[in-house]
Amino acid sequence: MAEQAKVSAETQDTEQIVKTVTFHILRYDPNRDAKPYIQDFQVPVRRGMTVLDGLVYIKENLDGSLAWRSSCRMGVCGSCGMFINSFPRLACQTQILHLESNDIHVKPMPNYDIIKDLVPDVMPMLMKHKSVKPYVIRDDMEELESPTGEYFQSPQELENYIQFSYCIKCGLCLAACPTVATDDEYLGPQALAQVFRYNRDTRDAGNEERYRLIDRSGGPWSCHFAGACSDVCPKGVDPGFAIQLLKRDMLLHKLRLKKRPGPAPVMGPPEKAERRPNIPEPPEPTV
Amino acid sequence: MRESTAWYLFLLAGLVIFVLLSIHMAIMHLDSILLAMGMGYENVLKFESVFARGKQVFFMVMYILLLGAALYHGLYGLRTILFELNLKKGLQRVITVVFLLAGIGLFVFGAYAAIAAYQMKMI
Repeated sequence: MAEQAKVSAETQDTEQIVKTVTFHILRYDPNRDAKPYIQDFQVPVRRGMTVLDGLVYIKENLDGSLAWRSSCRMGVCGSCGMFINSFPRLACQTQILHLESNDIHVKPMPNYDIIKDLVPDVMPMLMKHKSVKPYVIRDDMEELESPTGEYFQSPQELENYIQFSYCIKCGLCLAACPTVATDDEYLGPQALAQVFRYNRDTRDAGNEERYRLIDRSGGPWSCHFAGACSDVCPKGVDPGFAIQLLKRDMLLHKLRLKKRPGPAPVMGPPEKAERRPNIPEPPEPTV
Repeated sequence: MRESTAWYLFLLAGLVIFVLLSIHMAIMHLDSILLAMGMGYENVLKFESVFARGKQVFFMVMYILLLGAALYHGLYGLRTILFELNLKKGLQRVITVVFLLAGIGLFVFGAYAAIAAYQMKMI
């Protein structure tokens, strides 16, 4: 009974309107508006409400034409990056009450063109990402096509890059980067952090190729290490750190002071191991 | 030259500047301490002192190295700053060539001055 009463009280707590805030939203429809303008909306706030919830409230109750991009609502897909109260954040992870303000300023992410309202054009970021070959490159194509086992990787080797593999390509790091703001050619923290991530992956053999791709004006040398990218990253990837490590790796590679171990060998299934009777057989591969 | 090579030279030039500039600053501003240790010159800014330093191979080489490192470090840094202004490829190439020629010209002129000072005879 006491547990039920507690749950009921918590439910009531999240349904109760705490205060009303004003959303100041940048609106812009390139087909209709000469330039962007700010539109205000009054939004009643309940405990636990995120900025994304506020936008949904506006679309459902006040103005159905408001456009933004979102999907998972839980900081996984990286779609809802916005410039909220002068800071690049994910709208789904930003609690309105945590902003401690009655005025919520929402704009599309800086350093991107606007498609409509809060929808940025992230294609330049995705193209840069694609250009650095962000995937495992190996010579043994046959093994890649029809695997006979798994590539061996120790937990320590995994630790070397796992943090940098959490990138969800939300683009907040590019929105915060002062170099991206002026230099279109700069690859940006997202792509460079992924270069580091794949180069540190022991299953990969494409580091030489990636070094060649980024060894140009607009490569890692353009990073001023402002650290803004790491500050705004919602997944703790720390791209600024990755770029500094990448510079060091490139220098050591150039001076031949660091030998990279060859790509990880294929590890067949265990030979002398026996399956415990209570563990069922795995399903057949679907691919 | 690859961008990475240019960047490593930029780092190396910074290191050379740090070492040589430290020597230069020590000679110019810690003269009383150096004299007490039996090194250095009295009145470091007097013509005779400057002339005497210029007549030594160590200082001639140091001046030429410092000049080269400072020119490379400064001009490459300025080029990087300009490149961040979204310049067109053609303009980037022009800037690179202009800076390269300016750097070589200034280096030749400065190195000539250091070598001439080394060969100069006191009247």
